[in-house]
Amino acid sequence: MNGLKRLMPNWLGVYAFAYIVFLYLPVVFLPIFSINTAATPNFPLQGYTFKWYEELPRTPALIDATGNSLIVGVAAAILSTILGICAARAVTRYRFPGQRTVSGLIMAPLVLPEIIVAISLLIVLLQLGLSLSLFTVVLGHVLICVPYSVSVLISGFEGFDRSLEEASADLGETAFGTFRRVTLPMVTPAIISSLLVSFTISLDEFLMAFFLTGSEPTLPIYIWGQLRFAAKLPGVLALGTLLLVGSFVLLTMAEVLRRRAERRTHTTGVAVA
Amino acid sequence: MTAAAEGSRPLPALRWNRSRLRQSEAFQGFALISPTFLYALVLLAVPILIVIAHSFWTQNYLAIDRTFTLEQYRIALTEPIYRDLLVRSLWVSLAVSVATVVFAYPIAYYISFYGGRHKSLWLFLITIPFWTSYLLRVMSWKVILGYGGVLNSGLMGLGIIDEPLTSLLYNTNAVIITLTHAWAAFAILPIYVSLEKVDRSLLEAATDLGDGPFGRFVRITLPLTMPGIVSALLIVMIPTVGDFVTPKLVGGKDGVMIANAIQAQFGKAANWPLGAALSVTTMVIVSAMAGIAVLILRGAARLVR
Repeated sequence: MNGLKRLMPNWLGVYAFAYIVFLYLPVVFLPIFSINTAATPNFPLQGYTFKWYEELPRTPALIDATGNSLIVGVAAAILSTILGICAARAVTRYRFPGQRTVSGLIMAPLVLPEIIVAISLLIVLLQLGLSLSLFTVVLGHVLICVPYSVSVLISGFEGFDRSLEEASADLGETAFGTFRRVTLPMVTPAIISSLLVSFTISLDEFLMAFFLTGSEPTLPIYIWGQLRFAAKLPGVLALGTLLLVGSFVLLTMAEVLRRRAERRTHTTGVAVA
Repeated sequence: MTAAAEGSRPLPALRWNRSRLRQSEAFQGFALISPTFLYALVLLAVPILIVIAHSFWTQNYLAIDRTFTLEQYRIALTEPIYRDLLVRSLWVSLAVSVATVVFAYPIAYYISFYGGRHKSLWLFLITIPFWTSYLLRVMSWKVILGYGGVLNSGLMGLGIIDEPLTSLLYNTNAVIITLTHAWAAFAILPIYVSLEKVDRSLLEAATDLGDGPFGRFVRITLPLTMPGIVSALLIVMIPTVGDFVTPKLVGGKDGVMIANAIQAQFGKAANWPLGAALSVTTMVIVSAMAGIAVLILRGAARLVR
């Protein structure tokens, strides 16, 4: 009985370790094959080289796609964070009728098949006579980033001590002054974390961009185009590795900030984001 | 506020004040959420209604004929190609959601019960791979499962097989493996949250009353975490049915799913009403399947208790 008890976490620990290996397996092959001399990704490795990386800045289409992705990512991050702040603040601060329905609709893109969201948006935009451009991609990205922004921001706003704001008002601050000097400093980490998370999602998002983009491809669309050519694979792997490192850095920053926000507002628990 | 609420009889003026306050609270809350709400309404709810409307129309070349008809649904449900794609998509999403939940449960359990101080580090470790580009992860699986790929060259290097297996890539199984990997975090997190909520003293009580580890798990932990299992199942099952990238990259001819057919109707084939009918049909059927799965799980939980 006691033996079984001691054995259980061990077995589970081994399983947990194996699971992590499974999760990271496809991710680690990107950097490994991106510095392989051979153009085909298989073992044994031929030798290491950085030539695939050196070719990247010499590809004009790639530079354009990177620029497009940055524009879309920044716009989507700012818009979805603003919309996220409204929703998260409303949900944590107020109680109002229909709250569940409203937040259900806002969070719905999280559980709907992306293709359905994308084609519905496509039909409406085309019928409105809007031509497809980076702007329409931003509209789509904001839609799918908002649920993530909202959950990050709610974890930052929850447990926010309202009496601090009341105290500030009692001491003669205006509503705006209270917001600027009391509320804002406490929620800034959560806001930055939401910006980083939505930027990362937008940067990696493929399907929405695939349907909603015009003649200006974003990075994932560029990668999708390259995947058809086997000879382009090492370049894609190198690009993928860079994106991977970028996402990792941004998300680590977002996580650190989110935790700081949580500590500041004295809540415990883990956000599902 | 609370003091007034507990008081025996608040003054009428105070009561009036409070109800006005509450009203304005509700109003403020709604006003604050309305930009986000309107955004989702205009760009999500209305578009979906328009898709549903399209599914009852027909397309004559470039013009849309707006007379009500069920013709598109007849095609979607009876044409063998769409029926096959639909059945395969449902099978893939069922297999993937069951597999992710089954594999995710033990790790969520481990983190919740034995994670100790490192719980958030574990969760962070698990979520990191999912923030990397979905496209690139699918492509990595192509590299792993391919003819000259990692798995084949590895197995040959170990002398387990003599020539590369062709059965790894470009079929439904490759799609299932890739999606099971892609959606793992979405299953782990809800299960973990529900495990965290399990009152540990209930487990102690069960031990005191003579339940072994297995009985304790089946009779207390499992039923109490059923909400987490259910939401994990739904959060994986419904989106995966409409996956487009994975079947396209690793599915080959035998792994094509309904989303690829939907995309064709909005692209090359340019038959929006049929594409709309296929989308609506898929959503309705996968929701029904999800509903049945939830009922079965709840029933099972009630039985063991």
